[in-house]
Amino acid sequence: MAQATTKGASETKKQVSQSYWSLVWWKFKKNKTAVVGGIILIVFYLCFVGLAEFLAPYSLERRSNYTEAPPQIIRFIDAQGKFHLRPFVYGLEKHIDQETRKRTFKEDPSRVYPIYFFVRREPYKLFGLFPTDIHLFGVDESDPAASIFIMGTDSNGRDYFSRILYGGRLSLMIGLLGQFLTLLLGCVLGVISGYYGGATDMFVQRTTEFLNAFPDIPLFMALAAAIPKHWSPVTVYFMLTIILAFVRWGGLARQVRGLILSLREREYVLAARSAGASDARLMFRHLLPGTMSHVIVIATLSIPGMILSETALSWLGLGLRPPLTSWGVLLQEAGTVYAIRYAPWLLWTIPFLLITILAYNMLGDGLRDAMDPYGGR
Amino acid sequence: MVAEPSPQDNILLDVRGLKKYFPIQRGLLRRTVGYVKAVDDVTFFVREGETLGLVGESGCGKTTAGRTIIRLYEPTAGSALFKTRLLSPDGSPQMVDLLKADKQQLKLLRQEIAMIFQDPINSLNPRMSVSDIIAEPLVIHGRGKGPEVEEIIVNLLERVGLRPEHMRRYPHEFSGGQRQRIGIARALALNPRLVICDEPVSALDVSIQAQTLNLLQDLQADFNLSYIFVAHDLSVVQHVSDRVAVMYVGKIVEMADAEELYINPLHPYTEALMSAVPKPDPLYKSERIVMQGDVADPSNPPPGCYFHPRCRYAVDICSKQTPEFRELRPDHFVACHRAEELQLRGV
Repeated sequence: MAQATTKGASETKKQVSQSYWSLVWWKFKKNKTAVVGGIILIVFYLCFVGLAEFLAPYSLERRSNYTEAPPQIIRFIDAQGKFHLRPFVYGLEKHIDQETRKRTFKEDPSRVYPIYFFVRREPYKLFGLFPTDIHLFGVDESDPAASIFIMGTDSNGRDYFSRILYGGRLSLMIGLLGQFLTLLLGCVLGVISGYYGGATDMFVQRTTEFLNAFPDIPLFMALAAAIPKHWSPVTVYFMLTIILAFVRWGGLARQVRGLILSLREREYVLAARSAGASDARLMFRHLLPGTMSHVIVIATLSIPGMILSETALSWLGLGLRPPLTSWGVLLQEAGTVYAIRYAPWLLWTIPFLLITILAYNMLGDGLRDAMDPYGGR
Repeated sequence: MVAEPSPQDNILLDVRGLKKYFPIQRGLLRRTVGYVKAVDDVTFFVREGETLGLVGESGCGKTTAGRTIIRLYEPTAGSALFKTRLLSPDGSPQMVDLLKADKQQLKLLRQEIAMIFQDPINSLNPRMSVSDIIAEPLVIHGRGKGPEVEEIIVNLLERVGLRPEHMRRYPHEFSGGQRQRIGIARALALNPRLVICDEPVSALDVSIQAQTLNLLQDLQADFNLSYIFVAHDLSVVQHVSDRVAVMYVGKIVEMADAEELYINPLHPYTEALMSAVPKPDPLYKSERIVMQGDVADPSNPPPGCYFHPRCRYAVDICSKQTPEFRELRPDHFVACHRAEELQLRGV
């Protein structure tokens, strides 16, 4: 009994102070939807950006003889109704349509290819650092006809699942990178505009208005056309990121400026100023952190827009071009009536895109609520 | 026009003809169509170790005056001579005009002048811990490092009645009175000589007000501080001030020793204010002077004495000529044409 009271006393003494960010985290955790969104995004970024080579059974450009093959379904129960512990796929069999003379593939239940895990196939570098050749799954390739296309193949016979994995890398990264650049431009220019006011403010604000008033698609076209054709795909990729950020920073700068205008007159800013703080210290230590909660929410909620812009541009043929593969490039290949009629599995990109965007929105909504831990309940 | 302080006075701050006009801008081209004369020709001085109370109703410019002296606002005109030892190489005292100091001088001078703010919620950055808040002036001026700073913070916290373990906490974990103590600790971090207290207790409840005022007085004695104490609560001002200046629409109308001013006001506006002070005497029959009309508009003040439309003693000259701010009795300054002849009631 006595022990219990002393223990209680020592526990009350060890009071932990909650910083702003720990309060945010505490409130964020209570929002299940947002946590799910966050987890989905972590898993997606891990799978697509970090582990694409490991998860993909084939490399991006590996062609096979099976063009526009339908997905091979992963099965546990064979045609005889017998259960197998090791999953397997059926082999593909060529058919010629007698009317259209079109080559199609069908699953052939007589050929069974068991799926093996952690198989050694094409070598790659994990995270771009560690050379290895282990892939998560594959079939025994001693039979040259063996294949595993769980999401079918495209018109060149390339495994669509592998392509979605590699394409996701570019699409997801362009969202993050582009948003990062937007943040940098928007925050710095917004703070400067709001803090100094006057002519500086006028100039920044008119520039953002000019950019906002410009129709997006022609601007993209003009900027994309300005990218020389002989540039390497990687340079083109970074150029596109910069273009996306350049077009989008205005809105953020304007919001940051508005917040700065209201924070500028807060007494804690005056207190720092009266103590002799420099302009830079006031801007980046007192004013900008006060806008961060808002900015992070805006940024999270506009990453999907970034990803979709890339997709739209690539779909229009203005963005990334093969051999660079993003979800936009994949959708461009799938964007014909022919593809939808004869190879609907090429639309597999869309669910991935949808889930990413939904997850970002869920996360952003949760962050918005969590970022104001003093308000509400 | 200028009230000359007597030469034997130990003047720390001597403000003369201070003006702060805020432009009113209209239209697309932001043309200036007029000015809000927030502080209009204010003259006063502060002696070393004393408290000057600055009273007046809302919007009379007392906060603006305080902020203009410390250059949070750029002054329109005037001078504010401050006695400093930091600018001369041998540390001898020197009067420097705060309003004309350049950037480097100002940064040095700001070590000697601190400010305490009204709103204990808004005046502490919610993203910074208490130790960061109090250490900020030290960091800005490059005073001390690591453990040294920590020691200073612990001392300051104890001095203002908080516990050292509070330094790891964040402002939202404190009550209003405690937050104001943090603000006071921050103001004292650099060992200032003049502290401008901008309504430091008006956002606190009465019991906490008394504690905070007593703390401020103790600190004044310990560190030989001078205060400019901006407030609208006359009883608070009477409690803390050695001398009091009364402001009306951007001008100081009367300045005197606190006791003298409360007992023997010379300006009709002061008299009206005094009649509004509640007395803790149930038998006392209030003879409150209720002023007519509204406070003058500082962007369009009336001619002559700004107070004349509401003054019950006003005569012709009051609406025509601006009264001079003069020393009518020793150390008792007033700006009223009829100050000599009027017999006004004090508290």
